[in-house]
Amino acid sequence: MSSPRLAAWLLALLFTCICSSTSAQPAARPVPLKSGIEFTGAEVRALQGDEFANPGMLWISRGSALWDQPAGKEGRACAGCHGEAAAGMKAVATRYPQIDRASGALINLEGRIQQCREQRQHAPPFKYESEELLGLTAYVRQQSNGMPLSISIAGAAQPHFERGREFYYQRFGQMNLSCAQCHQDNWGKKLGPEAISQGHGNPYPIYRLEWQTMGSLHRRFRSCLSGVRAEMLPQGSPAYLDLELYLAWRSGNLPIEAPGVRR
Amino acid sequence: MAARISVPQNARRGDQIEIRIAIQHPMETGYRVEDNGTAITKNVINKLLCRYNGAEVFRAEMGSGISANPYLSFFIVAAASGELRFDWVDDTGVAGSERSAIIVA
Repeated sequence: MSSPRLAAWLLALLFTCICSSTSAQPAARPVPLKSGIEFTGAEVRALQGDEFANPGMLWISRGSALWDQPAGKEGRACAGCHGEAAAGMKAVATRYPQIDRASGALINLEGRIQQCREQRQHAPPFKYESEELLGLTAYVRQQSNGMPLSISIAGAAQPHFERGREFYYQRFGQMNLSCAQCHQDNWGKKLGPEAISQGHGNPYPIYRLEWQTMGSLHRRFRSCLSGVRAEMLPQGSPAYLDLELYLAWRSGNLPIEAPGVRR
Repeated sequence: MAARISVPQNARRGDQIEIRIAIQHPMETGYRVEDNGTAITKNVINKLLCRYNGAEVFRAEMGSGISANPYLSFFIVAAASGELRFDWVDDTGVAGSERSAIIVA
């Protein structure tokens, strides 16, 4: 074997070793990135695009009212500290999930709203999938519409990111399917009558026609896991937060489109 | 019951104007069951009325076939300045109402 060929062979071997020792499945984004709205029909697109007819706007109205409504012992409203949401909450949602400085834990937007409610307003927290929390989350996310996420996966967030990536490629349930097998490897193809989307979190919380109501990203995780006959975790569980962080990275420069409408 | 209505604030006399209303409601069909098998009682907004300066201009009688969070749109002719009033009631007797002013020149 000639020396350049030997060198190339050794390099290839070394590369294979490195890849297999760190991880079998590297973090990857679909190319090109497409929002889930591109996989829906014209009617769903029209519904999401119509600011009045979009059913999610009912929850936005609720969130907007809650924003100004005093709560807790001191009777403090969100607006009391943050002012007008249009100014005070602009681009805020693009930074979630993030590491909470005080606790060092990974926290998503829902978690931050809950934390504010408990620690600042001294009010009882909302339930994870409650109308109130969905409304407030949608309202705050709406203030970042059209902006891509800018999250950090370095430092304390890195182990969460790695766990999220592992979750993404982990096969689950009786159907023995991973997230990646549908949403990374086979997006754009059909699963029954529906096109498989790339599975991004940018429109959440969404109004899903199948649910006939608004739902969080974690509810969607539960639906997917139920679909592959796997065990579902409760909303807000650490594994789902890790997955949310991975998905946030994976959605690259896709803009937030809240409240989204999906089939 | 949260609701959103869309009524043009200004219109010219004789104009056809679009009125839109969306109401947050589960519109329970009566055909669904809980996880433990007990039937969920039917509960839909069965009647919605729109009055224009007191006179009825639109009425909807809805049933199990209407999806959750119903959204309705209809046209009326702008006749005079005044108020549009919407009233609705569901099977459990919970009623809601909204109103909106309109200026017709």
